[in-house]
Amino acid sequence: MTSPGDSGARETWPLWEVFIRSSRGLSHVHAGSLHAPDETMAVRNARDLYTRRSEGVSIWVVPASAITTSDPDAKGEFFESPQGKEYRHATYYTKSDGVPHL
Amino acid sequence: MATSTSTAGSDIAAPGIAAADAAGEARFAELLATESRVEPTDWMPAAYRKTLVRQISQHAHSEIIGMQPEGNWITRAPSLKRKAILMAKVQDEAGHGLYLYSAAQTLGIDRETMFDQLLTGKAKYSSIFNYVTPTWADMGSIGWLVDGAAICNQVPLCRASYGPYGRAMVRICKEESFHQRQGFEILLELMRGTPGQREMAQESVNRWYAPALMMFGPPDDDSPNSAQSMAWNIKRFSNDDLRQRFVDMLVPQAEVLGVTLPDPDIRWNEERGHYDFGDLDWDEFHEVLAGRGQANAVRVANRRAAHDEGAWVREAARAYADARATETEGRIAS
Amino acid sequence: MSHSKHVVSTAITAETIAESHLVAPEAVALYALGLGDDALILAQRLGEWIAHAPELEEDVALGNIGLDQLGHARSFLTYAGTAWNKSEDDLAYFRTESEFRNRHIFEQPNGDFAVTIARQFFVSLYFDRLYRALKESTDPTLAAIAAKATKEVDYHLDHSVQWLLRLGLGTTVSHEKMQRAVDAIWPFVGELFSPEAALRDLDDGVGVRPELLRESFEEDARRRILDAGLKVPTAPFARGGGRDGIHTEVFGHLLAEMQVLARAHPGATW
Repeated sequence: MTSPGDSGARETWPLWEVFIRSSRGLSHVHAGSLHAPDETMAVRNARDLYTRRSEGVSIWVVPASAITTSDPDAKGEFFESPQGKEYRHATYYTKSDGVPHL
Repeated sequence: MATSTSTAGSDIAAPGIAAADAAGEARFAELLATESRVEPTDWMPAAYRKTLVRQISQHAHSEIIGMQPEGNWITRAPSLKRKAILMAKVQDEAGHGLYLYSAAQTLGIDRETMFDQLLTGKAKYSSIFNYVTPTWADMGSIGWLVDGAAICNQVPLCRASYGPYGRAMVRICKEESFHQRQGFEILLELMRGTPGQREMAQESVNRWYAPALMMFGPPDDDSPNSAQSMAWNIKRFSNDDLRQRFVDMLVPQAEVLGVTLPDPDIRWNEERGHYDFGDLDWDEFHEVLAGRGQANAVRVANRRAAHDEGAWVREAARAYADARATETEGRIAS
Repeated sequence: MSHSKHVVSTAITAETIAESHLVAPEAVALYALGLGDDALILAQRLGEWIAHAPELEEDVALGNIGLDQLGHARSFLTYAGTAWNKSEDDLAYFRTESEFRNRHIFEQPNGDFAVTIARQFFVSLYFDRLYRALKESTDPTLAAIAAKATKEVDYHLDHSVQWLLRLGLGTTVSHEKMQRAVDAIWPFVGELFSPEAALRDLDDGVGVRPELLRESFEEDARRRILDAGLKVPTAPFARGGGRDGIHTEVFGHLLAEMQVLARAHPGATW
């Protein structure tokens, strides 16, 4: 299953998903989407559309059709596994509460 | 819990997939009940999807059509600072239209289809943009009254249950914070200016006040879709509540400006803790809605012209991209 | 140059120039006036596009370019005005046609999208060469304005080159329109490199002699036109005259529209 906005070949310009790094040291975060004829113009359009107020220092664009998402119908099961594995979190280890630098 | 939602969903559901739908429906109801967000890949009732597509695309069309009444003054702005502000504002509106088209597109409708609906009159946009802008003061009134009303409407939409819509609205509200202020300041400068400028400001406020109040939609007892939208957490406050909130904000602002709001019935009501105001002329609202506003035909014709005249450009860019892709494939194959 | 670098870091604008109480020497002001008029008239033309671009994304892009140009214009005009105690708006709204100094290419009508791209391509390439040299100016204000503008113009050039390629190599229709557009704008290119009279009275190093930019401009322009599958026009360059206040016939109309409201309310503030 591709990105929810992908329109296949119906539109003259395909849809691109835009990811912006707001400052150095942070990850690129999804900002939205736009239309562009190719990747070169997609980056430029993203610059004009999503960084008009200095919101970013780096841009990724990805064709919406190239994104694979997890199966929405299996949502519950797919993300169920971490439940019950509380031992992955530091808060599980209560006996060491109060010990310095731990 | 959320019975109206369940009814709307099962009305539309095709037979045979009832079991999967039932699970999806329960999950959807739970998301609404817990004030969580619905995301594009979630199951949602067909009527919810349809309502969202209609509302978000109308909203996007309003931003795009809304560029015209203000674009009308970019080339004639009376100072270079005002010219820059107005250009930035109209450009923001193009951006906001794009954010909203993106949000609508996640519901499975593409932008070309939405454009087509706009150009053929199948989709509506806010009637306010069918009023004309004959004077510079209208740039002030649009900012202060029209954007002011829009912000009242939009701030609650940041919490709309549909995730992509809410996120688009957060970005839009943040960017629009300067829109209302710049309009207010245009009027403030005019009211502090020459008698001619003051007259221009008052005349413009006289024309825009009532249409701006009508932007919240018909009175609650005449707004058939409101209840459903509120149950779906798309709409968070009723039309009349938002309108009241807006008038309560406007009255003191008008005093700062020194303009008179064109309604003799405005007065503070101690008991209600709100300003009372006079009835609006809903006949005019319905007239404009029915296409008999000052600029309905012109707005759509201009949009169509831009779209049609741009077709060869869009096709050229597509052809260039296709040719380059083929070239790359050829190189890889050989 | 260290002074100008300091100004750059705080992003020079018309407002900061106005607040600095600088007074430009007369000859520098005349030079800045010409550069300011070029940018202002281009911004005015680009402002006409809004809501009419071939695609919404392009409305946003043209808006950005127009806003950048308007920013350059405001800085140059504000600085020029300090010599005569005039504001940017005095200069923009209350001069007559023959008092404007812009070169003809900037006032040429938008035409279709290809004409706008052709105009933008030539002027961005020219601005790129001009501002890169001007940011080394011995006049700190000119240097600071140019330093900010260089970065923006770099993007404008890239934008127009991308479109030159796509329209030149896209479809038969776009190829023809792009060729016609390049041919239509070409005659106005020559004037960009005619000598700046204002520089005669100034030391070397204050301004940039446009004659010196010509070779590098032409080489790059030719290469990019050919890369886009187009022919380099052979038509002769038109006689200019913009810097002397002689304009093409379209200019009076542009000015009438730009100034109409301000002139109806002389002395008013907005």
